[in-house]
Amino acid sequence: MNERLPVLKTYKLFIGGKFPRTESGRARALKGKAGRLIANVSLASRKDFRNAVVAARAAFPGWSGATAYLRGQILYRAAEMLEGRAAQFADELNAQGTPPARARREVADAIDLLVHYAGWTDKFPALFSTVNPVASAHFNFSVPEPTGIVAVIAPPAPGLLGFIAAIAPVIAGGNTAVALASPDFPLSAISLAEVLHDSDLPGGVVNILTGDLAELLPHLSTHMDVNGIAAHGQSDETHRLLRENAALNIKRLALHPATNLSGDPYKILAFQETKTTWHPTHLR
Amino acid sequence: MKPVPRYLQHSPPVDAVGITERVARFKTRSIKAATKVSGLKLALSMLDLTTLEGKDSPGKVRQLCRKAITPDPADPSLPHVGAVCVYPTMVATAHKALKGSGVHLASVATSFPSGLGTLAARLEEIRYAVGEGADEIDMVISRGRFLAGEFNYVFDEIAACKEACGTAHLKVILETGELHTYDNVRRASDLAMEAGADFIKTSTGKMAPAATPEVTLVMLQAIQDYHERTGRMIGMKPAGGIRDAKTALSYLVMVREVLGPDWLNPDWFRFGASTLANDILMQLAKQRTGHYASPDYFSND
Repeated sequence: MNERLPVLKTYKLFIGGKFPRTESGRARALKGKAGRLIANVSLASRKDFRNAVVAARAAFPGWSGATAYLRGQILYRAAEMLEGRAAQFADELNAQGTPPARARREVADAIDLLVHYAGWTDKFPALFSTVNPVASAHFNFSVPEPTGIVAVIAPPAPGLLGFIAAIAPVIAGGNTAVALASPDFPLSAISLAEVLHDSDLPGGVVNILTGDLAELLPHLSTHMDVNGIAAHGQSDETHRLLRENAALNIKRLALHPATNLSGDPYKILAFQETKTTWHPTHLR
Repeated sequence: MKPVPRYLQHSPPVDAVGITERVARFKTRSIKAATKVSGLKLALSMLDLTTLEGKDSPGKVRQLCRKAITPDPADPSLPHVGAVCVYPTMVATAHKALKGSGVHLASVATSFPSGLGTLAARLEEIRYAVGEGADEIDMVISRGRFLAGEFNYVFDEIAACKEACGTAHLKVILETGELHTYDNVRRASDLAMEAGADFIKTSTGKMAPAATPEVTLVMLQAIQDYHERTGRMIGMKPAGGIRDAKTALSYLVMVREVLGPDWLNPDWFRFGASTLANDILMQLAKQRTGHYASPDYFSND
């Protein structure tokens, strides 16, 4: 009897809750240990990025308008799904070059980090809201509201933990995201898309591209419908370009070193706008 | 069954599969750079900027008229749109706002969108709109009568509307979404042209499906045949459902390849749309500035 041919996964993009191929039709061979081919990875174009922004914009009213409690439930659900597929994610990290023991630990840390941010969704508004003393008959208070669409550049490593550390605070705060996966760990990001897809996360809230950062950077940073950029583990040169181009429509910028992966509510605050309300108190 | 009237003897059956295949090929044309910019500007100049909502107010109509005259204040080199399209009671407001701009003023009339008023009331509505200053009238046909085979009734109603228009141009809305078959669309097109339509138009925009490339192709072919037979040019207006610039460009390709360059101007081809305008403006801004635009920087109406 002939040996069975394995069915290999095609790693595509994740845009608007769907898994399209790149419109450019391009792919890149991802090589593992000893130059062995692991998979062909989509090489997203600027038009894929543009389509992802359209999907993220369409998803924004629903996601930002969802109750904080529901957002937390959905993120927690994603953590549950990830837990159930932990072995697959560890194997995938291993195939992309992470040693087995470290890969298992990384998956566990990634799940814990997602749960951490799931817990913050209905707590950070209380933490960052204020009641402001004013010199008139008004009740004056400030509350955080999500910024809008955030372009997320995941750190080069670690593959899964880094990606989740980059996107979780953005979406926990009610923003929608277009995320660019690490060039070394694109498979983990696309497999995570399957987890998000299965977690009742509305299509378009997280969009994931695998591609060449240098090619996408000019478009990502100048797009007028992108309201913020979270870049992790990028060079000073990239930071300079981001700062310069972000000035076009005054995007919010959060520039993190690759090592800063801890759960932190201030990373949620990085993409929140403060709305202040003056409410008349009773007339005397 | 009633005999088919003489004016429909030239309506051939439509090859639905052929229509689908040909439309699929129109969509594959790639239009880039300078050609794209000129195509987008042409599409902009062909827009019938439309507001047909129960909540329309004079303020909204005036705002729409400003946009019609200067679509993007950041780029004064852009052409004005073809026309503004409003309800009859808003015509006077629009007429004042558009005076001297060169933008045409269209009004829907004849008990839009159902067309189920009395004929006398529908004709009176046309005369009212024209009297208020409309120079184009978008009428709806009686689809129920058409589907019942009362072609003569529909023919007479279009002819009566044409007469009521006086010098104003008459656009005849077939509401193709209610005609169900390409054969019916073809017949209704032929009937409308024979009865005196200056333009034939796909839809009211009040129901889905509205304009589709397939239905537009059927109507363009009817216009082509009619032109060959009589020498008279008829305009075409797909309306409703055309939301992005790319789709608009594929319609222009279709017009160019079916009817030829003579039809590629606002006198003979229009888009009935409201959201399309901003997408065209955003694409033009992308070509001008080099970066992708955001709807945040363009007016809603």
